[in-house]
Amino acid sequence: MEDLTSLKQEQENQEPGKAGPPWEGKTAASPQSPEPESSEPLEEELGPDIGPQPRSRPPWSPQSKVITSLGDPKEPGASSSPASLQEPSPTPSPLALSREDLVAALRSDRTASVTLEAGTLHSDPLEQSPDKRESTPHHTGQPEANTFQQSQQPKSHVCGSTDVSYSNSKQKELRFHTFQEEDSNSEHELDQLRPGASEAVPSVLDTAIQNAKAYLLKTSSKSGLNLYDHLSSMLTKILDERPENAVDIIENISQDVKMAHFSKKLDTLQNEKEMLPTYEIAEKQKALFLQGHLEGVDQELEDEIAENSLPNVMESAFYFEQAGIGLGTDETYRIFLALKQLTDTHPIQRCRFWGKILGLEKNYIVAEVEFREGEDEEEVEEEDVAEERDNGESEADEDEEDELPKSFYKAPQAIPKEESRTGANKYVYFVCNEPGTSWVKLPSVTPAQIVIARKIKKFFTGQLDAPIISYPPFPGNESNYLRAQIARISAGTHISPLGFYQFGEEEGEEEEEVEGGRDSFEENTDFEGIQVIDLVESLSNWVHHVQHILPQGRCNWFNPIQKNEEEEEEEDEEKEEEKGEEPEFIEPEVGPPLLTPISEDLEIQNIPPWTTRLSSNLVPQYAIAVLRSNRWPGAYAFSNGKKFENLYIGWGNKYSPDNYTPPFPPPVYQEYPSGPEITEMDDPSVEEEQAFRAAQEAVVLAAEKNEETEEDEDDEDDYD
Amino acid sequence: MDAEGLLLSLELASGSGQGLGPDRRASLLTSLMLVKRDYRYDRVLFWGRILGLVSDYYIAQGVSEDQLAPRKTLYSLNCMEWSLLPPATEEMVAQTAVVKGRFMGDPSHEYEHTELQKVNEGEKVFEEEVVIQIKEETRLVSVIDQIDKTVAIIPRGALFKTPFGPTHVNRTFEGLSLSEAKKLSSYFHFREPVDLKNKTLLEKADLDPSLDFMDSLEHDIPKGSWSIQMERGNALVVLRSLLWPGLTFYHAPRTKNYGYIYVGTGEKNIDLPFML
Repeated sequence: MEDLTSLKQEQENQEPGKAGPPWEGKTAASPQSPEPESSEPLEEELGPDIGPQPRSRPPWSPQSKVITSLGDPKEPGASSSPASLQEPSPTPSPLALSREDLVAALRSDRTASVTLEAGTLHSDPLEQSPDKRESTPHHTGQPEANTFQQSQQPKSHVCGSTDVSYSNSKQKELRFHTFQEEDSNSEHELDQLRPGASEAVPSVLDTAIQNAKAYLLKTSSKSGLNLYDHLSSMLTKILDERPENAVDIIENISQDVKMAHFSKKLDTLQNEKEMLPTYEIAEKQKALFLQGHLEGVDQELEDEIAENSLPNVMESAFYFEQAGIGLGTDETYRIFLALKQLTDTHPIQRCRFWGKILGLEKNYIVAEVEFREGEDEEEVEEEDVAEERDNGESEADEDEEDELPKSFYKAPQAIPKEESRTGANKYVYFVCNEPGTSWVKLPSVTPAQIVIARKIKKFFTGQLDAPIISYPPFPGNESNYLRAQIARISAGTHISPLGFYQFGEEEGEEEEEVEGGRDSFEENTDFEGIQVIDLVESLSNWVHHVQHILPQGRCNWFNPIQKNEEEEEEEDEEKEEEKGEEPEFIEPEVGPPLLTPISEDLEIQNIPPWTTRLSSNLVPQYAIAVLRSNRWPGAYAFSNGKKFENLYIGWGNKYSPDNYTPPFPPPVYQEYPSGPEITEMDDPSVEEEQAFRAAQEAVVLAAEKNEETEEDEDDEDDYD
Repeated sequence: MDAEGLLLSLELASGSGQGLGPDRRASLLTSLMLVKRDYRYDRVLFWGRILGLVSDYYIAQGVSEDQLAPRKTLYSLNCMEWSLLPPATEEMVAQTAVVKGRFMGDPSHEYEHTELQKVNEGEKVFEEEVVIQIKEETRLVSVIDQIDKTVAIIPRGALFKTPFGPTHVNRTFEGLSLSEAKKLSSYFHFREPVDLKNKTLLEKADLDPSLDFMDSLEHDIPKGSWSIQMERGNALVVLRSLLWPGLTFYHAPRTKNYGYIYVGTGEKNIDLPFML
């Protein structure tokens, strides 16, 4: 008893009690205060569990009080107390009995209370003992108090004299606690020793744990992180996300967690820069969608509906999609809106989505446009360089004394380009890189460009002013080449069902020798449509409705021999030319006339020029006919019997099964008339020169002699 | 492209103009599922479509656990019934190199190729014209193989190699960043590496052995045979091959979406050097 009192330094109760070592670790039931009142509730708690112990209560309570006192971690002497406690017990047996019973009860209680949150764990163990005493009257808080005390005591075991500032690792502490308590549950003797040992000297295990934890908390000198925090955040992440087979990707998760630390600061800056083009394009496209909100909406609506210059791109896109051709619905819709924007800003009679040409860096979206009558924009006429190069008639050379040999090279007369609205320039083309960007008008095409475009094969880069480096040198930059290819593709692949277009009735002046054929047509209002099956099976049901481009580069033949007429005059189809009267008669080039069926198209080495398909074999009754050009891969046409449309999506090159070989440079041209001045001769040898000189001198002498004979006779003697 | 995300992939690859009609798409979704079950593949890729004169071939590939193992190729004419193609061999490729022109669309079609062969008959040596028949199926196999070897690509980091050998899909691949997406070096050929050993030691030191175990596109010949474009602002990067026109590779940066599809005539663009 005396020993007990020594323990209870801060305790009011001095009653002896065998607070067995088991109580220390598991004083769930032990009251916070040594006061008897508190023990009563405690007993009440234990009541249901410990039935046969009412009699031991009185002795038990002092025991519990002693336990409480023993629970004080700051009492170093407590270690010896349990041992001494057990000796002087007046009622050892009932105490022991009760103790054991209590142990059993407490065990069940403890496990229950251990699971209670350790949130109550906070303050210093030092403060806990006064708290214990003070909170005595608060019986309501007892369950918490039990936990409080219970967890406090194991805590004391753990930390001993170390700091108790474990912020995030309370879960781990709980585990420690359970570990310790269960341990202490197992054997009383051990328990007797343990509190004593832990309070006096931290056990080996504890030290190891503390060291390990301290090591984990060590901050890395390089990155400022510590392993403890990293592991805990990693485990948190895994527990939150619960990926499958986490063990396989643990390294990646670890990397991600680390990267998350660092990338925050730089994120805002980098992301902004990278996403800028996305936002710009989005802004432009937003403008597309908002263009409809103009003033005077009602009237404009009516006007729009009346004009009807905009094609129904979405409808065509739907049909093409049946065949698997198309740019995706969203993209097509944006193109649709861009076309609308085009028609709003320019005076356009008719407009059509021609297609998309892919390029290396950027692509082109092409719109085929027909301006309203008389609303053409004037084009800058490029000077005819060829005419100025004509050296044959230059007068500058004649002033010189020494006439340089005149070259009789005459540049072949440049074939003038076709007037707009006729032939290859029938339509005007606008291009843009992405829907939303502004439309750029392509210049008209000249025959020379078409002729050379036929000889070269180039990819488009996506920039209109890029130079075309090729042999033969292309007269122009990428916009001209693009225009030339567009013209070729249109001429080669724009087809329509037979009968959709017909020649106008007013096509007068049907002269016998009309060159070039008729070049205008109009829609046939009586068109009744052709069966889809027929369209697929027979190519003769489709006709070209764009004029064929002659080898000359034009659609309408132009006779370059026009010496009698002014050279700048352009050729209309109504004009008769003088053909048979010139000595240099050139056979006019003739191409297939307009509205020829495509069955007349030439094959490409046994490959038919067109491939026809039904869009769907599963549901043929609603399928549409789809044609694919083999000559220009990327050109498509569809028809459902009544409607039709042409489209091109591709790289803009013709198909050829053979390799492309660039044309050879021409042989050196005989520019100058051969004559003695420019004919090559060997230099005279020495003998020849001497002979020549001698001959010359002889001639001179003879001449002088003749002179003398005519003059004074007196001098004759002197000249001998 | 992975059969799992077929619809989205087709939408992303639609910039090249060639896609699939709705009936084909629907058939593919169902049939590829069945193919995966029947052949027990780890992943089924819809490889693309080869346009023939009479009909088109739809090609799919099955990938086993080891992503770099040779893939099995299947073809179909109607997107419903798939037939396995034999693996390609060197002789096949050499034999079909002489065939030019378009595919017919009929797998049993035979190309005739006349060759002058020297035939020894006793002591006489004379040339004889031998007509060699080449089946279109063989040509199909070799063309697919060539395309795979030269232009099938994946982004860096999509596959990773384990020390035990097999290559796996990288589940933590979150996509390339925008700056990486514009560089050719961030894309690898989806085949066994050929040039890796030729790199200098300095270059090899920078490589991450679990990620950089395939050839990148940087050293492809001819240079400039790839066209990199950003579509939809910067939300989609599209690579198109100029050597095999029709091959489109797409990737949405910072997402897991990537894939390639070939829709074309199955002919190499030999004129590429003239066209650049």
